[in-house]
Amino acid sequence: MKLKVKVPGLPEAARLRRYQPGHPLVDGPVLIASAGGRVRDVLSAVIPSPSSPSPAAGEGGSSRWAAILFDGTAMRAIADLGKLHAFTSQTFRNLRPSGRLILFGTPPEDCSEPEASATQRALDGFIRSAGKEARLGSTANLMYVAEGAETVLESTLRFFLSGRSAYVDGQVIRIRPAKPVPTQDWEHPLKDRVAVVTGAARGIGAAIAETLARDGATVVVADVPAQGATLTEVANRLGGTALQVDITADDAPQRIAKHLVDRYGGVDVFVHNAGITRDRSLVNMTPEQWTSVLNVNLQAQIRINKALVEQKVLRDNARVICISSTSGIAGNRGQTNYAASKAGIIGMVQAMAPLMAKRAATINAVAPGFIETAMTKAMPFATREIGRRINSLNQGGLPVDVAETVAWLAQPGSGGVNGQVVRVCGQSILGA
Amino acid sequence: MADLRRAAILGGNRIPFARAGGPYARASNQDMLTAALDGLIARFGLQGQRLGEVAAGAVLKHSRDFNLTREVVLGSRLSPWTPAYDVQQACGTGLETTIHVANKIALGQVESGVSGGVDTASDAPIAVNEDLRRVLLQINSAKSMPQRLALLRKLRPGQIVPETPRNAEPRTGLSMGEHAAITAREWEISREAQDELAVASHQHLAAAWKRGFFDDLVTPYLGLQRDQTLRPDASMESLAKLRPVFGKNGDATMTAGNSTPLSDGAATVLLSTDEWAKQHRLPVLAHTVDAETAAVDYVYGGEGLLMAPAYAVPRLLARNKLTLQDFDFYEIHEAFASTVLATLKAWEDSRYCKERLCLEKPLGPIDRSKLNVNGSSLAVGHPFAATGGRIVATLAKLLAEKGSGRGLISICAAGGQGVVAILEAA
Ligand SMILES: NC(=O)c1ccc[n+]([C@@H]2O[C@H](COP(=O)([O-])OP(=O)(O)OC[C@H]3O[C@@H](n4cnc5c(N)ncnc54)[C@H](O)[C@@H]3O)[C@@H](O)[C@H]2O)c1
Repeated sequence: MKLKVKVPGLPEAARLRRYQPGHPLVDGPVLIASAGGRVRDVLSAVIPSPSSPSPAAGEGGSSRWAAILFDGTAMRAIADLGKLHAFTSQTFRNLRPSGRLILFGTPPEDCSEPEASATQRALDGFIRSAGKEARLGSTANLMYVAEGAETVLESTLRFFLSGRSAYVDGQVIRIRPAKPVPTQDWEHPLKDRVAVVTGAARGIGAAIAETLARDGATVVVADVPAQGATLTEVANRLGGTALQVDITADDAPQRIAKHLVDRYGGVDVFVHNAGITRDRSLVNMTPEQWTSVLNVNLQAQIRINKALVEQKVLRDNARVICISSTSGIAGNRGQTNYAASKAGIIGMVQAMAPLMAKRAATINAVAPGFIETAMTKAMPFATREIGRRINSLNQGGLPVDVAETVAWLAQPGSGGVNGQVVRVCGQSILGA
Repeated sequence: MADLRRAAILGGNRIPFARAGGPYARASNQDMLTAALDGLIARFGLQGQRLGEVAAGAVLKHSRDFNLTREVVLGSRLSPWTPAYDVQQACGTGLETTIHVANKIALGQVESGVSGGVDTASDAPIAVNEDLRRVLLQINSAKSMPQRLALLRKLRPGQIVPETPRNAEPRTGLSMGEHAAITAREWEISREAQDELAVASHQHLAAAWKRGFFDDLVTPYLGLQRDQTLRPDASMESLAKLRPVFGKNGDATMTAGNSTPLSDGAATVLLSTDEWAKQHRLPVLAHTVDAETAAVDYVYGGEGLLMAPAYAVPRLLARNKLTLQDFDFYEIHEAFASTVLATLKAWEDSRYCKERLCLEKPLGPIDRSKLNVNGSSLAVGHPFAATGGRIVATLAKLLAEKGSGRGLISICAAGGQGVVAILEAA
C-alpha cells in the first residue's frame, strides 16, 4: 500500500475517488451553468438530475457539489469571463472531496476574432490555476469542444466526471467532430473490441490490460519472452492471449500483425506501453544506453504502427495509444535519451493523427507523471518523496490512473479526441 | 465408424529444461506440468474451455501422483470439465500421448486435446526397500499396539535403507548408458563422431534461441529463461576434455558431453481437428500422418536396448509408401549421440537391414543437414516424458515455417521400445 509519510509544511494527500464497477458517474449533486453555450444539452442529457445555479441560495448555496460544470463555448468577449468568475468563485469552495470542476470552451484557434480567441484561451490559464487551488482531491479540467463535436463529447465528459480520471488534473482536451459511435453499455464500453497492450507483464501495462478487460475488451498481452511467466498469469487472469515478443526484434511487427490477423482478424485498440529507462548524465551516456532506449521506446512503435497501417490490421474506428512521459515534455536530468524518446512519441502521434482520422481512427499520447510502480519504488527516498509531492494532488498516481485514461481514449465513442497528449500527473509542476 | 479426420497440431508450450538439482529442484511434476499447461492456455486463449482430453505422463512418478494429469488440469485454467489421463511409456511417453490424442481426433472421438509429459529427476520418488515395506504393511494391519511394537522391534538397519530409482534396466541390471555403450561399440561409433553430433546440437539450439524460434514455444519458469544444459560455446576441444563415463574398456567413448544429463521439465502440445482450429481462429502448423511403435528383445534377442526405432521406422515408411529420404526434417531424439549415430548407421547397413529388418535393400543415408536442425536432447536436456512434446511442437513449427514438407520423429525408450511418427506441413 501507499506509504503515508508526513512531510512538514506539505499538505496531506487526500484519498482520491477511484472508479469501481457499479459506481455511479458522480457521487453527489452536479451543478451546471452556462454563458449560453453549445454543450449544455449534452451535459443535461448525461447527468441524471442536474441543478442550476439559484441566485436565492447564493449560486448553489451550501450544497456540497460533486461536480460543477460551466459551458463557456459561446464566450467571445473578455467581459464574458466575468460570468465564469462570478459562478466559480461562489461555488468552488463547495466542491466535495474528489469533486470536479469542468469547463467547456471553443478551441481558440477556431475563433475568427482576436478577442474571441483571447477569451477562449483565457480559460486555459484559469483552469490551470483553479487546479492548483482545488483541495481534497478535487480536479479542474478544460474541454475545448469544436463546433459540431457536441455529438462525440459524451465519453470524455463521463471520463472526467467519474472516478476514472482521479489523477488527471489541469488538463486541456480538444474534441473535434468525428463519426458518432453510440455506446450501449457504459459499464462495458469496450465490449467486442480487441486490444493489444505491450509491456503488459507488470506495472502500468498489466494495469492497462486489466482495465481494458474490465471494460469488456478481449486483450492480447505482449511482453519480452523473459517475462513470459508473469505474462501468462496476466493473460490467464484476464482471459486473453499472451504474445511473447521483443518489440525491437526485426520480425516483431510481422509477428504481432500475424497474431492479430490470424486470431482476431484485426485489432481495435493498440497500446504502446513497453518502455525502458537507462538513466545517465549526457556526458556519461554510452551509445548502447542511448540506442536501447530510443529503440524500445520509439523506433519499435514507429515500425509496428507502420505494419499495422500498411497491412490494414487496424480496423476502422481503431485507437492507438502511446505511453509517453512528463519527462518527454519537461525534460529530466539524466534522461536525455528517455526524454528524447518520449518527446518523439508526441511527434509521431501528432503526425499520424490526420491519417488516422481518415479511417475514423485516432492516435493519442498519454504522459504519466509520477506513478507508484516498481520503477519509482527503486528511487532514492528524497527524490521519490519530492516526485510524489510536486503536483496539485500532493501524491503519486497509481498504474490504474494511467490505465483508466487509456481506456477512455480506447472507447469507440472517443473518436473526437485525436493527436493529443493527455498527462496523468496530478497536475505536476513538471511539464505543465 | 466415422471417416478418419486429420489431426492438426496447433502449437505447444514447454518450460525451459533444467538440470536435475537446478532451479526446479523443489518443483514437483504437478507444478511443472501445470506451468507448461497454463502457458499453453495463455498462448492460445483457452481459459475456461473444455477440451476433449488432456493426455500426459511422467516416467519418475510418486505414488500420490496416480492421477497426475487430471490433477494438473484441475489446477490449471482449463475448464475442470476437461477429462485427463496418464500414460507412461518411458521416454516415448510424450510422443505416445500425442499419438493417442491424434488418433481420437482422427476417429471423431474428440475435437481437441492436449498431449504432453513431465519429469523431474530432482524430485524423484524414493521408495522404502521391500523388507521395510512388508513390515510397515504388517504394522498397519496389526490389531493392537503391543503387536505393532513387536513388529517394529524386529526391524534391522538394513531394512531401513531407502531404494532410490535407478536408471537401470530391471532385467539386465545395466544402466541405459551402459547399454548404449555396448551398441556404440558394436557399431563402432567413434568418440569424434559423437562429439560432433553433440556440438551440432548445442550450436543448432543456440542459433534457434537466438533467432527467437522458441519465443512462442517456451515460457520461462522459476526464473529460468532458457534451457540450462545449452552451451553455445561447446566445441570439439571442450568436449574432448571430458572423460568417458559409460563403457568399461579402454575404448569407451561416451562422456557426459555426448550423453543427455538428468533433467527436469515439462512440455505440452495442442491438437485439434481442422474444423475446431478454424472455429477458434488458430492457425494449423502441421498434421499428424502416422505413427508406429516397436520393441526389441534386448535381453535375449541380441539387439541393443535403444535400437527399437530402427525397426519402427521401416514399418512406418512401408505403410506410408515413403522412403527414408522423403523427409525435410529428421527429429531423432538424442538420448546419447551414439544412439542416433548407431541408428543411422544401421539404416545404411545392407546386412543389418536384410537380416534384422528384413528389407531387400538398406534404407540408406539421410541428408545430415536436415537432422535435429534446432538442436535436440543433448543440448536441450531430456526430462524423459517431456521430450516427445518438445519434439512434436518444434517439428510442427519448423514445418509451418517452411510451409511444406514432412518430418520424421524417432524416439527410443527404456524397455527396448521405440516410438516414431510422421508429421506433414499444414
Ligand atoms: N512508472 C512511472 O512513473 C512512469 C512515468 C512515466 C511514464 N512511464 C512509462 O509507462 C510505461 C510502463 O512503465 P512501468 O513503470 O510499468 O515500467 P515496467 O518496467 O514496470 O514495465 C515495462 C514493461 O515493458 C516491458 N518491455 C521492456 N522492453 C520491452 C521490449 N523490447 N519488448 C516488449 N516488452 C518490453 C518490460 O518487460 C516490462 O514488463 C513505460 O513506457 C514508461 O516509460 C512510467
